[in-house]
Formats: sequence, structure tokens, C-alpha cells
Amino acid sequence: MVKKYLSKIYMGIIFIFLYAPIIVLAVFSFNESKSRGNWTGFSLKWYIELFHDHDIRLAFYYTISIAIITAIVSTIMGTIAAIGINAMKGRQKALILNVNYLPVVNPDIVTGISLMILYISFNMDFGFNTMLISHIVFSIPYVILSILPKLKQLDVHMTEAAMDLGATPMYALRKVILPEIKPGIITGFLMAFTLSIDDFIISYFTKGEGVTNLSIVIYSMARRGVRPTINALSTIMLTVVLLLMILINKRNNGQDKSKKINQSEVYK
Amino acid sequence: MKSKLILFVSILCLLLIAATGCSTEEKQTLKVLNYDIYIDKSLLSEFEKANNVTIKYDTYSTPEDMYIKVKSGASKYDLIISTEYMIERMISENLVNKLNFDNIPNYKYISEDFKNHVYDPNNEYSVPYFWGTLGILYNKTTVDASSDSWAMLWDKAHAQRIIMMDSQRDSFAAALKLLGYSMNTVDERELDEAKALLIEQKPLVMAYITDGSPAIMVNEEADMALVWSGEAVAAMSENENLDYVIPKEGSNIWIDAMVIPSTTENQELAEKFINFLCTTEATLRNIDEVWYSTVHTEALEQVDEELLNNPAFNIPREDIVNMEMLRDPKEFINLYSERWTELMAE
Amino acid sequence: MKDRTKYFAYPYMVWIIIFIALPTFLVLLYSITTKESNGLTTIQFTSENFRKFFQPIYLDILWDSIYLAAVSTAICLLLGYPAAYIISNTHISRRNTLLFLCILPMWMNMLLRTYAWMTILGNNGILNNFFAFLGLPRFNMLYTRGATVMGMVYNFIPFMILPIYTALSKMDKGLLEAADDLGADKKTVFRKVILPLSMPGVISGVIMVFMPAVSTFIIPQLLGGNKSMMIGNLVEKLFILNGDWNFGSAISIVMMLIILLSMSIMNKFDVDKEGGARLW
Repeated sequence: MVKKYLSKIYMGIIFIFLYAPIIVLAVFSFNESKSRGNWTGFSLKWYIELFHDHDIRLAFYYTISIAIITAIVSTIMGTIAAIGINAMKGRQKALILNVNYLPVVNPDIVTGISLMILYISFNMDFGFNTMLISHIVFSIPYVILSILPKLKQLDVHMTEAAMDLGATPMYALRKVILPEIKPGIITGFLMAFTLSIDDFIISYFTKGEGVTNLSIVIYSMARRGVRPTINALSTIMLTVVLLLMILINKRNNGQDKSKKINQSEVYK
Repeated sequence: MKSKLILFVSILCLLLIAATGCSTEEKQTLKVLNYDIYIDKSLLSEFEKANNVTIKYDTYSTPEDMYIKVKSGASKYDLIISTEYMIERMISENLVNKLNFDNIPNYKYISEDFKNHVYDPNNEYSVPYFWGTLGILYNKTTVDASSDSWAMLWDKAHAQRIIMMDSQRDSFAAALKLLGYSMNTVDERELDEAKALLIEQKPLVMAYITDGSPAIMVNEEADMALVWSGEAVAAMSENENLDYVIPKEGSNIWIDAMVIPSTTENQELAEKFINFLCTTEATLRNIDEVWYSTVHTEALEQVDEELLNNPAFNIPREDIVNMEMLRDPKEFINLYSERWTELMAE
Repeated sequence: MKDRTKYFAYPYMVWIIIFIALPTFLVLLYSITTKESNGLTTIQFTSENFRKFFQPIYLDILWDSIYLAAVSTAICLLLGYPAAYIISNTHISRRNTLLFLCILPMWMNMLLRTYAWMTILGNNGILNNFFAFLGLPRFNMLYTRGATVMGMVYNFIPFMILPIYTALSKMDKGLLEAADDLGADKKTVFRKVILPLSMPGVISGVIMVFMPAVSTFIIPQLLGGNKSMMIGNLVEKLFILNGDWNFGSAISIVMMLIILLSMSIMNKFDVDKEGGARLW
């Protein structure tokens, strides 16, 4: 029983560590003064200012829209690519996997600069498109990495069996393969979204034409001191995400419970 | 399967074409590139309405990353606001156009003190926007500034409560001036002396920060910081214990100015915008937002009493004469960079 | 029928060539040409950029970055493994919640969280004010190497916890029971069964933390006060401030090679040959 308490305390400490800055951010979003460390009183003024701040809202809009488009496009392209790669063998497969790996392995700064060099060489106009393409470039590998293991686990014979029973390849894809790799697809989607929403360095080198994202705006605010309006935005985002997580969690727990009950029966 | 392949390749091609293609707009567009947080944004919308145009406003944090964008031709801007040494470089590389001052009658309001400088000797390419100095922001209650010298930043009594800049030229300027040398020197012996001085200082330095030191000073977490005058003005307005000094050994004066890049397709509109920014009204609103010292003679007379009394904002003319301007370091940047890297590696 | 499936990957191959292979090739090209070659039609090859890097000053910077990254990775492992273990032993109904709670911080902007640490650790920050309130002395926490390490641990620990958890959760509990039945005590079970089986996860975690840690420049800048130059800072300065794309590219290639090398070393520990860095 001591172990149980120790475990709880340990996890508690870890979570305090993980959430300390987030709680500070949230608390000071209600601070009266501009100070990010000295509490002077409760106020909602930063939330009100948030609604009037055009720059932050614009950056937020770009950040979210690029993240969503990136996640969707990367997931679709990545799923298709993963299915194809899984069917490859030997040298060809190893080669494509290794090149695919590069954006994962490369430091952000190398990826950002190399893409910047590419766009400049092709005389492309920097802006929404360059940032979007860059995000998709570094997201697809993660999608593929999430799906490939699931594909490997997939029982090859199931697809064959389905087709023997008269299914067309497309039907087999839709009804057999996709459902089995769904966890991988979802993971890939979430990863792409998460990486895109938080990206700073790669976006910094590939932005233009007034298109910017939250990270860049926050970085540029460093000169005058980050205004608590950003705290307010973060707190709102945090609350939304938290609610989403709770909802998804409740759904998953419901599904998992029935799955686990079946499995434990098997083990008995 | 093959048709699917063709479909995907064509979608990819379309994506690429879309990325490289240009969008057409009904209204004329003015593309402006400026430093972060360096303009009153309402001026943009005012100009847009008054002239029925769209302004695409982009920002950058350092002149060098602006230079990369402009040099590569990646984005075609119509107006760029940048700092004097970078303008010097752009002029020498034919990246900016000569201005037609017939379209900028408000140029008459710009003080003579800011014309005919080395970066644009005949005033053909640029119109000054804001100016400022490099100096020391310090806490009156803890720091004795009577020495009026750069040596303040080397005072052991304030160990770990001194902030220097992450900008190599500015930090080197402080050391070079203390030694009595030019901040544009290429003499390696002088630079080595300055480097030794900076290495000596390092244990006393709390951090090397270019942006964000005012907030630390306002919070009284440090005793003094190397800052640009505009930052000092902002900080002093928030904490009355703070003061600003330009050491007697001399310091850096800089001028930010507006130029029109050679890739522009809207020169006249850009000149119109420059003229608009040079109106007293627009300048005053910018000063309110940005807090840097003004080049505008009329605006200077109408500015708040409080600002006029602020030593970081209103610098006496005698002091200006003694100050040095930074030159384009393109040829000798390595001399500074290498020594800065060595300093950092200590 | 099945042969056709691999064509699915062909469009992506085109994409890879344009957006991954080509940029990397351009960086490589810059790294082996002289500055004068840039923009001109005559290309001069040189190894000067690489030779320049192999001077003590730059190697020191590289070593320092590797050292800090290694320390941060080690701390992440020490703190993250128990966390992953505890989560994998939690009842399934609460497991997902715990996992989500570990991931959630990553959804908050990284810069912002780092700024928040600055207000917590500052001389007049939250922690120091709290200490002063209790009558304790103030500590100089911000702008130290310790702060940089803490910042890296903070930002990357979820990347350590998740893969280890995945490996642990996939473990066949039957094996544990078998070992127990055969007379092994808890310690031995851990050493001989759990630890080896969780290795793929540990490898993934180590790689996913070490890689960004070695090349980050924001955390040493904000939390370390820019007092030491990391290899990420150096590359950024070379490209932007100095306009020296050639030298910068050479260092970028070196960074890539180091990471590829450390990955292949780590993969030697991968007994199961599950292959590569994976989160899931």
C-alpha cells in the first residue's frame, strides 16, 4: 500500500512540474496589472482586450487554420503513402523510409533553413502557402511513423481473405485496412496538429506577406514584454482543449471498457 | 490505379503552381515591411480608407533577416523601414530606388540634424523615421551614475545584476568606446582588447538580452542594462526609479529610415504613404505607440511635457554631435562574430 | 492484385524528392562550395567550411550542446521512466486520463510556457518571492545552465514518457506472472524482464528527447540568458547575422550526421529490431 501512496505522490510531483507554468499563465491572465509575476488584483480586462486585439486574433486564425489544413492533408497523404510503403520491399523501401525520416531527425533549424533555401531557389513568394507546405513537409513523416507499425501488425491474410470473398481492393481498403489502422491514423492526425500549432522555428524562416503564427507573434512581443492578452488566449485554448479531452476520454473509456472485458475473459 | 497516380501528381503540381502564383486583387496593394511593434496600426487603416488601397503589413525582428528576404527577391515590397547601416548596404547593392521628393512635400518637417549622413549622403534614397541612442538604463536607488562612464557596466559591486545585449555590435560598442576606440573599427588589436574586456565582464553579467531587458529593469530584478533609448523611455514611464545615461566616452546614434526597394511596382503610392507618415499628426500618434525619439521638428514641439523631460527621449544637440553611427559590417562582420563566439564560449 | 498497392507511395516519393531530398541537397551543396560561388555560375568546391568547423572553438560549442542535451536526456529518462511505469500499472479507466494530462502541456505554446518559467524563476519571481515570504534567502535560478537544463527537461519529458509507456503497456503480463512463478523477486523481474522489454520505448524516448535538445536555441536563449552559445544559436547566427550560408550549411550537415550516428548507436540496443524511432 505504501507503494500506491508513493506512486501517487510521485505522479503528483510530476504533474505539478508539468503544470506549474501553465497554472501561472492562467492565473496571471486575470491579473490587474501588466506584470507577469506580481499579482495586483483580479481583472477580466485582458480577455476584453483580446477581443479587440486584431493582431493576436489574426495570428490565432492563421495558426489554427494552418494546423487544421496541415493535419488533414498530412493524414490523408501520409495514410496513402504508408499503405504504399508497407507494400514495398528491400532497398526501395529502406531508401524511401530513410529520406522520409529526415525532417524528423533534422534539427528544426536545419529543416527551416533548407526549406527557405528551396523556396528562394524556386523564386516562390513567401506567405501562407510556403508556411503551409513547410508544415505539411514536417508532419507527414510523423503520420507515416504512426501508421506503419499498425500496418505491420495487420494480418496480411485478412485482406486476402476479404478479396477471396469477393471484395474489390477499394472495398477491402475501406472496410478492412482502414478500420484496423484507425488508431494510428488518429495518432498521426493529432501529432500533425500538435506539431503545427506549436511550431516556431520552421514557420519563422518560411513566413511572409503578413502571415504569421502565434509563436512568432509571442516572440516578437518579447521587446515590450509579453502582454497578458496572450495569457488570456492561452487560458481559453487550454480550457477548450481540456474540455475536448474530457469528452473524448469519456467516449473512449466507454468503448475501452467493453473491449477490456472481452480480453480479460480470454485470459481467464 | 494509374489514373489515381496521375490525379495525385496533378494535384501536387496544382499545389506548387498555386504556391508560386500571384493573387489578383481589385484594389492597389501596398506592401510594407517594418520592424516589430514600430507603428501605430490605426495609421495603416486610415491610409487604406483615405486612398482606397490595401496595405499588406509584414514585420521582422533584425535587419539581417530582412536583408535576406529582400536580397533573395522572395517578397516584393513597396516600402521598407530599416536601420541606417542596412540602408547603406542596400544602397550600395542597388536594392533601393531614388525617391521623388516632389511626392513627399512633408519631408520639410524632418530636422536637418538627420540629413546628409554617411549612409545616404545626398538624401536621395531615404526619409528618416525614428532615431535613438545606445545607453545605460539604470536604477537610481541602487546605482551611482556620477561617473557617467561605460565603466559602470563593469562595476563588480553589481555583479550578476548587469544586463548586456545579445547584439554583438552593441555590446562591443560599449567596450570599444570605453577603450576610446571607434565602434566600427577593423583593427584586430583593438577588437582583441575589447574582447578581453568583455570576457572580464562576463562573470558580472546576469544575461545577454536584446529584447526584454526593460521588463526586467521595471521589475527591479537587475540594476543596469545596456539598452536603446526607446526601450528606456518605455521603462522609465513604468518605474520612476529608473534613469538613462549616455556615457561621456560617447555612444552610438542610430537612425531608422524609410526606403523603397527596387522591386516595387507602386513607387508613387509608397511615396504617398511616406508623405502621410511624415505628417505631424501621424508622427505624434507613432510616438505615442513606439516611444522612440522623433526626427520631426513640428512633432517635437507638440509632444508631451513628460516626454520632453525624459533624457532618453529628448537628447541635447551637443550630445548628438559626439555620437558615432554604425557602418555596414558586411566586409568585416567576421572579425566581430568570431570574437563574440569566443566570448560566448567562455 | 497486391502488387499494385505499392503505387500508392509514388506520389509521396515525388513529394519527398522535391521537399525533402532537394532542400537537403541544396544545404549539402552550400556546405561544400565557397562563398563566392553563391549566385554565380561558376561553382568552386571546397572543404574549407568543414575544416573551419574542426577548430577548438566550434568543437567546444558542439561538445557543450551535446553535453547539456545528454544531461537533459538522462534526467528525462530518470524522471520519465517511473512515471511511464506508474501509468502503465494504473487501472485502465484512469490510464487515458493520465496520458492526456501528460500530453496536454504540449498543446500550450512552447514559448509561452518558457516565458512563464522566467516569471517563476526570476530574481523577483514567484518562487523567490515565496522564499522571501518564508524568510528564506533568494536564489539565483534564472539565467543559469541549470535553468537551461530544467527548461529542456520540462519541454521534452512527455516525449520520453509516451514511448516508454507504449512499450510497457504492450508487455505481456503473462511473462511477469511466469517469472514470478519461477521464483524471481521483484527486483530481478524488473531487471531481467521488464527493463529489456521496454528497451524499444526507452530508445524511442532517448532519441526523441536528445534530437531536439541538442539543436534547440530558444531555451538556452530565454532561460540561460544567452551566456553560452549552443550549436543551434551558432547556425542561426551564421545564416542570418553573418550571411555565411556556406559555413552554416556545413554545421547543419554535421548536426544531421551526429543525430543519424546517435540513432544508429541507439538502434544497436534494439534487440527486437522493431526499427527506428517511433512514438507508438
